[in-house]
Amino acid sequence: MLKKLASYIKEYKKDTILTPIFVVLEVVMEVVIPLLMARIIDVGIQNGDVRYILEMGALLIVSAILSLTFGMLSGRFAAKASAGYAKNLRKAMFHKVQDYSFENIDKFSTSSLVTRMTTDVTNVQMAFQMIIRILVRGPIMMIFALLMVMSISLKLSAIFFVAIPVLGVILFYIAIKAHPNFERVFKKYDKLNRVVQENVSAIRVVKAYVRESFEEKKFKEVNDEVYENFKKAEKIVAFNGPVMQLTIYTCILLISWIGTQLIVGGEMQTGQLSSIITYAWQILASLMMLSFVFVMIIMAQSSAERIIEVVDEEPTIKDKENPVTEVKDGSIKFENVSFQYSDEQEDDKFALENINLDIKAGETIGIIGGTGSSKSTLVQLIPRLYDVTKGSIKVGGVDVKDYEIHVLRDAVAMVLQKNVLFSGTIAENLRWGDKEADQEELEEVCKLAQADGFIKEFPSKYETVLDQGGTNVSGGQKQRICIARAMLKKPKILILDDSTSAVDTKTDALIRKAFREEIPNTTKIIIAQRVSSVEDADKIIVLNEGKIDGIGTSEELLKTNAIYKEVYESQMKGGDEDGESEGQEKKDN
Amino acid sequence: MEKVKGKKRKTIKRLLKYVTENYKLQLVVVLVSIIISALVGVLGTQFIKYLIDDFITPLLGSQSPDYSRLLNVIMMMAVIYLVGVVCTFTYNRLMVNISQGVLNKIRTQMFNHMQKLPIRYFDSRTHGDIMSTYTNDVDTLRQMLSQSIPQVFSACVSMVAVLFAMLATNIYLTLVVLAMVILMVFVSRYLGGNSSRFFVKQQEDIGKVNGYIEEMMEGQKVVKVFNYEEDSKARFDDLNEQLCDSMTKANMYANILMPCIMNIGNLGYVLVAVIGGILSVNGILTIGSIAAFLQYVKAFTNPLSQVSQQMNSIIMALAGAERIFDLIDQEEEVDEGYVTLVNAKMENGKIVESEERTGMWAWKHPHKDGRITYTRLRGQVEFENVQFGYEPKKRILHDITLTAKEGQKVSFVGATGAGKTTITNLINRFYDIQDGKIRYDRINIQKIKKDDLRRSLGMVLQDTSLFTGTIRDNIRYGKLDATDEEVEAAAKLSNADKFIKHLPHGYDTMITGNGEGLSQGQRQLLSIARAALNNPPVLILDEATSSIDTRTEKIVQEGMDKLMKGRTVFVIAHRLSTIKNSDLIMVLDHGRIIERGNHKELIAQKGTYYGLYTGAIEID
Repeated sequence: MLKKLASYIKEYKKDTILTPIFVVLEVVMEVVIPLLMARIIDVGIQNGDVRYILEMGALLIVSAILSLTFGMLSGRFAAKASAGYAKNLRKAMFHKVQDYSFENIDKFSTSSLVTRMTTDVTNVQMAFQMIIRILVRGPIMMIFALLMVMSISLKLSAIFFVAIPVLGVILFYIAIKAHPNFERVFKKYDKLNRVVQENVSAIRVVKAYVRESFEEKKFKEVNDEVYENFKKAEKIVAFNGPVMQLTIYTCILLISWIGTQLIVGGEMQTGQLSSIITYAWQILASLMMLSFVFVMIIMAQSSAERIIEVVDEEPTIKDKENPVTEVKDGSIKFENVSFQYSDEQEDDKFALENINLDIKAGETIGIIGGTGSSKSTLVQLIPRLYDVTKGSIKVGGVDVKDYEIHVLRDAVAMVLQKNVLFSGTIAENLRWGDKEADQEELEEVCKLAQADGFIKEFPSKYETVLDQGGTNVSGGQKQRICIARAMLKKPKILILDDSTSAVDTKTDALIRKAFREEIPNTTKIIIAQRVSSVEDADKIIVLNEGKIDGIGTSEELLKTNAIYKEVYESQMKGGDEDGESEGQEKKDN
Repeated sequence: MEKVKGKKRKTIKRLLKYVTENYKLQLVVVLVSIIISALVGVLGTQFIKYLIDDFITPLLGSQSPDYSRLLNVIMMMAVIYLVGVVCTFTYNRLMVNISQGVLNKIRTQMFNHMQKLPIRYFDSRTHGDIMSTYTNDVDTLRQMLSQSIPQVFSACVSMVAVLFAMLATNIYLTLVVLAMVILMVFVSRYLGGNSSRFFVKQQEDIGKVNGYIEEMMEGQKVVKVFNYEEDSKARFDDLNEQLCDSMTKANMYANILMPCIMNIGNLGYVLVAVIGGILSVNGILTIGSIAAFLQYVKAFTNPLSQVSQQMNSIIMALAGAERIFDLIDQEEEVDEGYVTLVNAKMENGKIVESEERTGMWAWKHPHKDGRITYTRLRGQVEFENVQFGYEPKKRILHDITLTAKEGQKVSFVGATGAGKTTITNLINRFYDIQDGKIRYDRINIQKIKKDDLRRSLGMVLQDTSLFTGTIRDNIRYGKLDATDEEVEAAAKLSNADKFIKHLPHGYDTMITGNGEGLSQGQRQLLSIARAALNNPPVLILDEATSSIDTRTEKIVQEGMDKLMKGRTVFVIAHRLSTIKNSDLIMVLDHGRIIERGNHKELIAQKGTYYGLYTGAIEID
């Protein structure tokens, strides 16, 4: 795992290496300075030698300036390295997630991915900074101090050589104990994040049903879970400090006891004893620092694992080797296609079953069917948003799995039923379809999608800023912007998944007319509830519970297909539908 | 600049209040423990001097040294140390309780407050940015509360103790040390100020990154369909780069702080040594006291540099706290209503309040003179010259006047953007009108308590919101204490039962990620079921069936008509089939009602509705 984590240091290698180097230099100065200080007392002041004091003082100031310089440099490099490292981690994760299939995303859930990319990265970043700064400083200070103790009295240094390993074992034990608790904490964090996310995006429902207190209760539950688990984890970690102190105090008392006997026995001098005690404190200080870092690392370990999980996840839909890089035309062929959303379902429950279709380039296909008849599922298989469970789909005569995914999706434009607009201007949203499109092109497609009119009515026109999810335009406006966005792609296949439901029939008809006249060579697949939206299609597919119930023109289906006939008659005869067809007027009067 | 500092001080005060208010007793124990633990530490440094002067020196040269007295002292010291360790343990443990408790409280307060914020608040922020406050910003407080504050306090105690020792030794030298301290304060103010500016920016940038990630994840299907992965990565990289930049700067200033403080300390040491040396040569000071004083200088500056090490997390926490308090300080939805909704029954021809759900509702109207009157809920809604705009200057609705009588089905027709949804959002007071009056059963809706107003209005929106949980839980959202039978009955009524039964685990199928596995139509059926279970006196259907096929819609509609018989229903729909049987149809255009009447009347008028119906007129 460490190797993997280290691999994201990348361009910050220089800073990462320079940090500990300057830390070491800084520590060297920190060791030198007390020695100089000791000289000032022992020689200068004892002898009343002002000149010596001044000399040593000057030397001390130079050392302090050096120490300051090293300290500042190490601090700078550490900041750069750690912030950069965090950046690389986030980048790696986000880029990876963009390549995920929906199966991958579902595995983690959106809210968990968000926490992983922010909170977890921050934890790892803090630990990283600690490691390159303090994990170097602590041991080096300790080693210097130990060496000094050894040079004074080997016997007394033995105390440390027993104490430090004992301490190490205890700390390690604490870490092992705390780790699973921290893991639980982060899982609860995901849940907390999810509750907030769902609450925020469903706030209208929450308010409409006056479920504020219910939501509060829900939040309290998960908040308390975070609290309990965090408390448990931190309580274990709280042993660190006291254990450290206990060890060092024991050492000091032992040194005092044995040291006194050594001095009395003539093996040591009083001054040496007080030096040893000073070094003991230094060892304590470095151990304290280490314990602090240790806590960070324990916490970061769980976070690091969660990050690695994300970057290690293999996208379930990915390019084949030597993929096909050109889509010849917009023909589509389904061969015995069956599909189910997850493998866990029982074998007999397919969302789509045994679909066979043959669509020629340039045809207009209508799809009609009841709620839950898998219309959306069917079309989502074409740009490979999901992979078929059985059978195969060919676009332009080539199996969709053989294309480079980008090439395939470039050729297939899809207006989703659940339209999503992003925060940004209308023009920015439109340019999703074609980054290079100029204003003229934007207006042209918007005219075709019947969106130009209302956009121009906004005070800022194409530069009108949309909120997240496009909540400041109405449903029908949103749909037309989405259609324009898709048309800007100039696709070989254009799929409209019930994307004119909020648009009035007249406009709907105008959009279809534009399709017919302006993009005749594009294969158009239109899913609709309104018969009028699909009536003039070359072929209409009637779906029922994941199976094809009938294919044909409107006329043919009226004769052969019971479902179509029923839908058609219910919408036309009673004049129930928005009255697009002529003749309705007569019936009604 | 002064203003910023004042704000920071306020933020600190407010944060500390959480601790002092809820953990008074524990805090006292913590403070005492820290003081003892710090004093034990200071005492430890003095112990060695005592040891040498009082024990080792007298024992030197004695032939048969008697160590028993030394052993006693060491045992005594052991006890003192042990007390110190116990105190350290105590305050560490208690601080975990306190800091986690405070975090828990702050999160709860944030969430509960957020529930009371107006819809506008949510319109104007990305969801991820809001989420970031709960995790990233609250997280910054953790380290500060559990580690930094105790450490800083402990350092202060040690410093005060040492300061007294210094003063006892020599005042002039102490002044030199204090001058150094002032220099340190200045330096740390400068660096801390810079650092804090960038930490504030860092937390903002984290919010932005969080928001972007969340938005891209929500719209992942669109990203894929448009091959937008690379662009989305590029935009993310930009935001990420910005974050990295503010993070680097913030951390840099914070990291530089410690070496600065430490070396100013070193400088002080040299000054004291030089001045002390000169003084001693002139015989003003003894050599021993200078040596001791220099030890004090070290003991004084060590905790100082410890404090400066903690500055980092303190400054960051303050930046996080500002964002937290910003959320907590957002103005709540105004609710001056006092008329409440109660279950009622008739007794002797009079309406009286009832404990149980009677199926009859009444408005409980307390008057100034203490009288309470009850008005039966009929569901009559009147608009009188209502004016409204989301932004004060941009009117969306002009002069809307309408009356929906009890039991009527009232529909709104009009082009997209004509203001249909806006009207319904005014009835339930998601937004407040700018001018005019809305009356509900002849009561001005401003007088009705918001919760009760909304409780009386069921609402089904086009954009369905589902929660993680089972299908059953999601329907039950409409009535929390509904039995399984009631849930299933509601599902049957809304025709959702059919597809639910086909799901792998039926009603117990888990919905995750806002129900991605369900089709839009199925999701709408679920939210209609939710409303049916809620069984409200008045119902608003805002494009509630737009993704449901017409055959199913018909069945759903018959069910809902039966359920809502005799009650008022507002319907917004594009499909005229959905609203044809309405009692009253309003045709809206650019925020004005241009036609009204029932289907027959409107057809006879041969106006816009007629044009729409026959397809001769385009609404836009």
